[in-house]
Amino acid sequence: MNVLIGIIVPLGILFSVLTVAAGLIWLERRLLAFWQDRYGPNRVGAYGLLQPLADAIKLMFKEDWVPPFSDKPVFILAPIVIVITVVLAFAVIPFAPGIVVIDLNVGLLFFLGMSSLGVYSVVLGGWASNSKYSLLGGLRASAQMLSYEVFMGISVMGVVMMAGSFNLGDIIEAQRIGWFWIPQFFGMVIFIIAGLAETRRLPFDLPEAESELVAGFHTEYSGMKFGLFFVGEYIGITLVSAMIVTLYFGGWLGPFLPPIVWFTIKTFLFICGFILLRAAMPRPRYDQLMSYGWKILLPIAMANLLITGALLLRAM
Amino acid sequence: MLGTLRSIWNVFLHLWHKKETVQYPEEKPYLPPRWRGRIILSRDADGGERCVACYLCAVACPVDCISLQATEDEHGRRYPEFFRINFSRCIFCGFCEEACPTYAIQLTPDFEMAEYKRENLVYEKEDLLISGPGKYPDYNFYNVAGTSIAGKDKGEAENERPPVDIRSLMP
Ligand code: SF4
Ligand code: SF4
Repeated sequence: MNVLIGIIVPLGILFSVLTVAAGLIWLERRLLAFWQDRYGPNRVGAYGLLQPLADAIKLMFKEDWVPPFSDKPVFILAPIVIVITVVLAFAVIPFAPGIVVIDLNVGLLFFLGMSSLGVYSVVLGGWASNSKYSLLGGLRASAQMLSYEVFMGISVMGVVMMAGSFNLGDIIEAQRIGWFWIPQFFGMVIFIIAGLAETRRLPFDLPEAESELVAGFHTEYSGMKFGLFFVGEYIGITLVSAMIVTLYFGGWLGPFLPPIVWFTIKTFLFICGFILLRAAMPRPRYDQLMSYGWKILLPIAMANLLITGALLLRAM
Repeated sequence: MLGTLRSIWNVFLHLWHKKETVQYPEEKPYLPPRWRGRIILSRDADGGERCVACYLCAVACPVDCISLQATEDEHGRRYPEFFRINFSRCIFCGFCEEACPTYAIQLTPDFEMAEYKRENLVYEKEDLLISGPGKYPDYNFYNVAGTSIAGKDKGEAENERPPVDIRSLMP
């Protein structure tokens, strides 16, 4: 029985995560279109729902070109890394009581570690392409990750202090008395911003920056390798949304509906929020991004950590 | 900061705005009558071919996509033996219509002329010639021109007096 659950749950999570990532391609194109007064893809199947399938078929049959000037093994490995790291990070997310792949007691650290490893994919992809635009994209990605990783870690520490645990399940249980986004408001805002930067989405898509760097780190990629970068990005959005829900919005907690439904609804809302940000925000300049991170967000995260710690000590 | 939030909110409100998209094959866009699309050759109200094979359109065409050959009927009236427009080169500038002295060549509001084979975009005279007068229903070149053709001698056109006999002394 336990073995069976041990097989079904990971496979189910893997399947749903990959399906959601595919569906997001459709969702994002539709929503962006609506916010730009268009319809978006609505021809393939009902409401264009089969669009991801058409896209996938197209990507599969495109020429899978490895540039002769590239560093071949690394070039091929890079897109795989991003998908593996984000999918692995899903292992610690508790979707509902009992529905989690591994109940790690350092789950949060595991998530942080995996999301930092993900940047290797971008940096190595940019490096191995052996082209100036790709390299610039990779450089930007590494600098962006370095700076935003710092206060992403610091911002979640407030939650850890309040819950007294790194285990994501325990963190959700600790929110029965009240979701953490109210006491940890600044922590939440910073985590969302850092999460955006982590997934390299607009307004933080400087590593990609179509209008400046052709396509940034994946300029030289084509076919399904390019597709993997995209799948990685979409799973990344789902992952960060799930993390925001877990850490600040009570995870599966909620009245009436079953826990898994609550978790799905909340995650879905945050995914739509990410897409809305993409529709509404311009891309900052590179130096603006850096100074914003180090001069504004880092001090706020520090202050948040200090004040939370002080208040908790006083309460004890 | 507030400005950013407001712009996010405004973008969100666009969810309920009217869409600009025209759902094309089901919903046809409005094309004004003078829209420059597929080219036709028109006829007079009485059914005669308007084109007099003067080559003016072929000369005016900036991409040289009109080719024709003039010939004459038994009464000496000129008409094109063949008239060919290569629509794979045409840029729909409308210069041919401007140049034509007889309103024979006209552009119409129709753009749905896609083909699988490029050769099929070369339209011959029978493809171009329509049975009606197009945009100028009453116009007939020979009714206002001074030349004589079969059934109309000099001086019989509209607003035209009979020719003066220059050898006569009578006023
Ligand atoms: S529309 Fe312009 S390009 Fe086309 S046939 Fe007439 S003159 Fe030539
Ligand atoms: S279509 Fe008009 S311009 Fe062209 S040859 Fe005929 S009469 Fe002349």
